[in-house]
Amino acid sequence: MIEVEDVHYTYPNGIQALRGVSIRIRDGEFVAIMGENGAGKTTLVMHMNGLLKPTKGRVLVDGVDTRDVSVAQLSRKVGLVFQNPDNQFFCSTVEEEIAFALRNFGFSEELVKRRVAWALNLLNLTRYRERSPFTLSGGEKKRVALASVLAWNPEVLILDEPTIGQDFRQKEKLRQFILQLNSQGRTVIIVTHDVEFVADCDPAPRVVLMAGGRIIADGDARDVLTNLELVEKASLIPPQVSQVFHHLSDLGLPRNVVNIYDAQRVILERLGVRG
Amino acid sequence: MSIFEGFVFRRGDSPIHRLDPRVKFLYTVLMLVLAVMFSEMPILLILFLSQVPLVVAAGVQRSWAKTMRGSVFLALLIFFTNLATRWAYANFTLHPVYLEESVAMTLRFLTLVESFSVFSLTTSPDDLSLAMERVGIPYWFCFAFTTSIRLMPALARDAQTIINAQKSRGLELERGNFLRRVRNYIPILIPLIVTTIRRSLELAEAMESRAWGATENRTSLTELRMKTSDYITLALLSALLLVGVYVRLYVKIPRLVDLIPYAIKP
Amino acid sequence: MAVIEARGLTYTYPEGEKPAIVDIDLSIERGEFVLLTGPSGCGKTTLCRCLNGLIPHFYGGDLEGELIVAGLGVREHETWELAQHVGMVFQNPENQLFSLTVEKDVAFGPENLGLPREEIKRRVDWALEMAGITHLRHRAPYELSGGQQQRVAIASTLAMKPEIMVLDEPTSFLDPLGAKRIFETVYDLNRRLGITIILVEHRLDLASVYADRVIVMSEGRIVLNGSPREVYTSKKAEALGVGIPKVVKLYQLLKEAGVPLSRVPLNPEEASNLLREVLKR
Repeated sequence: MIEVEDVHYTYPNGIQALRGVSIRIRDGEFVAIMGENGAGKTTLVMHMNGLLKPTKGRVLVDGVDTRDVSVAQLSRKVGLVFQNPDNQFFCSTVEEEIAFALRNFGFSEELVKRRVAWALNLLNLTRYRERSPFTLSGGEKKRVALASVLAWNPEVLILDEPTIGQDFRQKEKLRQFILQLNSQGRTVIIVTHDVEFVADCDPAPRVVLMAGGRIIADGDARDVLTNLELVEKASLIPPQVSQVFHHLSDLGLPRNVVNIYDAQRVILERLGVRG
Repeated sequence: MSIFEGFVFRRGDSPIHRLDPRVKFLYTVLMLVLAVMFSEMPILLILFLSQVPLVVAAGVQRSWAKTMRGSVFLALLIFFTNLATRWAYANFTLHPVYLEESVAMTLRFLTLVESFSVFSLTTSPDDLSLAMERVGIPYWFCFAFTTSIRLMPALARDAQTIINAQKSRGLELERGNFLRRVRNYIPILIPLIVTTIRRSLELAEAMESRAWGATENRTSLTELRMKTSDYITLALLSALLLVGVYVRLYVKIPRLVDLIPYAIKP
Repeated sequence: MAVIEARGLTYTYPEGEKPAIVDIDLSIERGEFVLLTGPSGCGKTTLCRCLNGLIPHFYGGDLEGELIVAGLGVREHETWELAQHVGMVFQNPENQLFSLTVEKDVAFGPENLGLPREEIKRRVDWALEMAGITHLRHRAPYELSGGQQQRVAIASTLAMKPEIMVLDEPTSFLDPLGAKRIFETVYDLNRRLGITIILVEHRLDLASVYADRVIVMSEGRIVLNGSPREVYTSKKAEALGVGIPKVVKLYQLLKEAGVPLSRVPLNPEEASNLLREVLKR
């Protein structure tokens, strides 16, 4: 469980990124932290694996204060996948790249071999095993980055803006993969401003909206993303379906619709009723 | 790393900022010349203190102070090296004069840091590049110079992001013996180099897309024009140089220790 | 009057094993707003680079077929010549800004052309105004937000007075509101100044409402080319995994269930009006 208790954080250059954020994320949850660029989302998740320590307040991971342990120790439990894979590749093969963290954490060579094979297989990368990560396409690189974190099997997986630069198909696959990981009991946290991506997740995740370093909403995606006022405050654009239903609110249709399948169902029901 | 604060351009609208960069550069050169011409502490002290009003006039006290603080280590090193050398040379006897001379050498160093800092803090790299062009340095060099300054914050940010990413993969930069620590920087350096190269390629593409290389005779939006204040400053600097030369040749500068009543004769 | 004309255009990168684009036939009229999309790796970025001469001049490689842009053949004219007719805005805001003030950055292009100072000043003032960033004139580009930086990039290309502007996934690093503002700025330029726009995007839900035409590429070829409504409702689009706007998908879902809307909506307002008709009956 991750507990963030009234955390304030100011960067060395004076920018106040977090102004009193409190949140509790239980094991097995699927949470989407959303907001515009600069709202503090990435700053918040960097506190969860100890990269940043609060200037005020504290962060507890399974009851342990992040200030008392190293980033390496916290990372065993909380795996953070960064936005840009180019900011971490340095090995000559994909295999080495995935093994890097495992070796840092002190896994035996035998275990390293097994875990690398497992991770490669999980993300469909086995055929790239001997390839240099630098020669892969954008989408493949993202998978290698993800594999290199999953390889050490963290309880919590945090993905920072995983949808940037991805096309529709890639996002679909990513969504399915994330949902699968979550259904297996892993806590998954994604940081994103891609509203449609979150709206299409079924089951709907918990959505936390951030603006100006504060949390302004925290609830089910279907409730938060349809609250147009709050979404606007977070400088996001509501899902298209929510916008449609908002315009039709005078017709008495339910408001908490975010994806097209629910929309279709609701409309057909209404038409069925009216005959 | 706070010593570098005083060398990064800070925007402002002071009379110093508005001076032509070439004039400011000559000021820096003059300070260098004067600081080297004299080894006498009173003069060097004057040189050091006389620049402080300039720092205040430019409104850059904070950054300048940070650099001064960052220079303390080097300054102390210079002081003690000078003192130790003189002490050893005098068969290990200590005289107040040696203290004075060591302080003088330290002041020389600080004066140079100070003048160069004033120059850097008040001159934008764009203007500096223009000045370099006017002096005859080819544009491509000036451009490379400005761009590298422009890219420094971006590079620093990249480096931090990379360090964060690798720390999150269990890399511990503080542990291990010296050799281990050096090896631990490879996962930082390689992505940094790759990212920088990629960035350069994208910049090159953007340059080409804005007609880079269209003509040898590049023009400029802004121009460097010498104003009255620049000419006055030039005159002052020339006068200062002449005064300095005169003092050097004809005036006997007393040592501070001689002015103190209780001086012990060596 | 076709401002971009491509016939049988095929290109292979120097280290490429197979062509990145194959047999491209394309004709784009002056003043059109074209949305270019397709799955990752389909060749859209490659095609963009051909339009201002980066291919073949900067990248080398093997270019076959014909491409005429604003009356100039890309092989026969240098990038700097083409740059005066085709402006290019790239994905990463930071890597296309050079100077320490916005003003100087916008002036970069005209300075490269050796224009007289008065002309440079005029163009800079004009470009800043057109892009809506006159108030940012003296700011340092690296202090600005991603969206503001992209508008500086747009102003910088405008200062070259091009007839065509190509934008390669300009909103990748921006949040939704930032993206919307960019699209609005670009649309404004298209309507007010008649600049032909080629916008490469994945964010079709936000961008479609501005487009006259949508071109979909896949594996180096153009596979769909028509009005947004035609393209999004075609079977091919679905098969290719194009990010069709949600309101169009809703339209299709309802149609399948026997509830046809009178038109294909491209944005939520349209969709809600059409639904209202159906629901009021």
